[in-house]
Amino acid sequence: MSCVVEIRDLSFTYPDGHKALDHITLDLAHGEKVALVGPNGAGKSTLLLHLNGILPRQTGEIRVSGLDVSGKNLGRVRALVGLVFQSPDDQLFSPTVFDDVAYGPIYQGLPAEEVRQRVQEALERVKMSEYSSRVSHHLSVGEKKRIAIATVLSMKPAVLVLDEPTAGLDPRARRTLIELLRELPITMIVASHDLPMVRELLPRTVVMDQGRIVADGPTATILSDPDLLARHGLEQ
Amino acid sequence: MHANFLDPYQEGTSPVHRLDARIKLILVIAFILTSALTPAGAWPIFTLLLSLVLSAELLSDLGIVFFMKRALLALPFVLAALPLLVTVDGVVLLALPLGLSITQQGLERFISISLRSWISVQAAVLLASTTTFPEILHAMRALGLPRLMVAIIGLMWRYLFVMVDEVLRMLRARTARSGESEFSGHRAGGTIFWRSQVAGGMAGSLFLRSLERSDRIYHAMLARGYDGEIRSLPQPGLRPVDWLVLFIVLLLLLSLLVLSRILWG
Ligand SMILES: Nc1ncnc2c1ncn2[C@@H]1O[C@H](COP(=O)(O)OP(=O)(O)O)[C@@H](O)[C@H]1O
Ligand SMILES: [Mg+2]
Repeated sequence: MSCVVEIRDLSFTYPDGHKALDHITLDLAHGEKVALVGPNGAGKSTLLLHLNGILPRQTGEIRVSGLDVSGKNLGRVRALVGLVFQSPDDQLFSPTVFDDVAYGPIYQGLPAEEVRQRVQEALERVKMSEYSSRVSHHLSVGEKKRIAIATVLSMKPAVLVLDEPTAGLDPRARRTLIELLRELPITMIVASHDLPMVRELLPRTVVMDQGRIVADGPTATILSDPDLLARHGLEQ
Repeated sequence: MHANFLDPYQEGTSPVHRLDARIKLILVIAFILTSALTPAGAWPIFTLLLSLVLSAELLSDLGIVFFMKRALLALPFVLAALPLLVTVDGVVLLALPLGLSITQQGLERFISISLRSWISVQAAVLLASTTTFPEILHAMRALGLPRLMVAIIGLMWRYLFVMVDEVLRMLRARTARSGESEFSGHRAGGTIFWRSQVAGGMAGSLFLRSLERSDRIYHAMLARGYDGEIRSLPQPGLRPVDWLVLFIVLLLLLSLLVLSRILWG
């Protein structure tokens, strides 16, 4: 058991009858950085929402650090999985940056001194230390995005889960984000359409289409297969 | 992540669904008025009104259970009528401590009010679950409700969903980060004081965001020529069957009302 995330035969159907995941099987080893690519509606977000049980598992298995993602493990799993939603507005719910980044650690019951330290550390990681007392409401999208990442880094998760992190960022904000993701020494799975970022940052790529995994391998191999990319609505 | 569960409308093709929204609105209002004006103690009339609304429910294909569940909305009105039991003077049925007593007249008034609210709520639920909200808005307009009032009701409805969606997303974000530490000894959850602070912060953010979003929506509406009127393709004319239903049911309600006032009034 050296896998952080193990998914076996996971299928999921939304209440309206739409089958969004179809027998997904996927393992993430410790320290791996994996891209999840595929056209809109492929089921990427749906899969990510399963990783910490926000969407309840219907059939199949998911384990995080060996813990079954369900029932009484959900609390532990949510501390282990740092899920960053696509829109930072969906992520930030507190008035100030500090409150938001401190939420996870305080909820876990950590002592005040450690909470402060973790917030400090998380903000440094995303190069936002001086923003601690700012009101998150008025930050730019790029800044909000980095704060959103800090809100999960402060939990010291075992795996970082990012949904389209570069969507809607201008080139400079995108560059800053890529650089700070590169420096994070942590297992991550990133859903994205941004193939240049995938090439630069994530050594392994999983291609999804219509709820299924259609390819899984080294990023270099997958991105140099134009037929495969074209078949699944992706282009360089 | 959408607050669809709030929308009372239930898809369907039953005759009740297909009846023109204007007719439904008039009939439901007439029905509620009739039941409100029927004197206390006119049990046969109440029974007839109840069977009327029950038949319409059956016709709607949604199942009686569905309506019985939603009709629980009437419960607060019933509770509010509870004091009538002991405050109306009359023939004493049951003496209670503290010098209170349940009288026959009090009991009659209480049961009548409970019945009235129960069947009226059913009629309203029937309207809301077989008619889409925009249709109801158009019907209100067609019946001459002032444009401003209809616009306000329409916008309230629209923003309700926007806000509830926003709340659902915030709650999801909070859930996603509500984790437990691996070290036992740290009790997860935080103090009550802190949790209420977080909830207060969320309410504040919700308010700010809704305010800004409503601005954006309003500007987008203005940009597309919004002037306070909800426009739609002209409403289709009423079919003969709509007129027929309107006429028959109104006549029925009116005769029930007259009868009840003559015999029990
Ligand atoms: N709440 C929902 N209810 C019903 N269907 C949904 C819901 N969310 C997503 N879907 C559908 O599930 C499919 C996968 O969606 P999603 O996981 O968001 O795709 P991706 O993130 O790859 O673009 C899409 O076809 C989408 O329309
Ligand atoms: Mg998505």
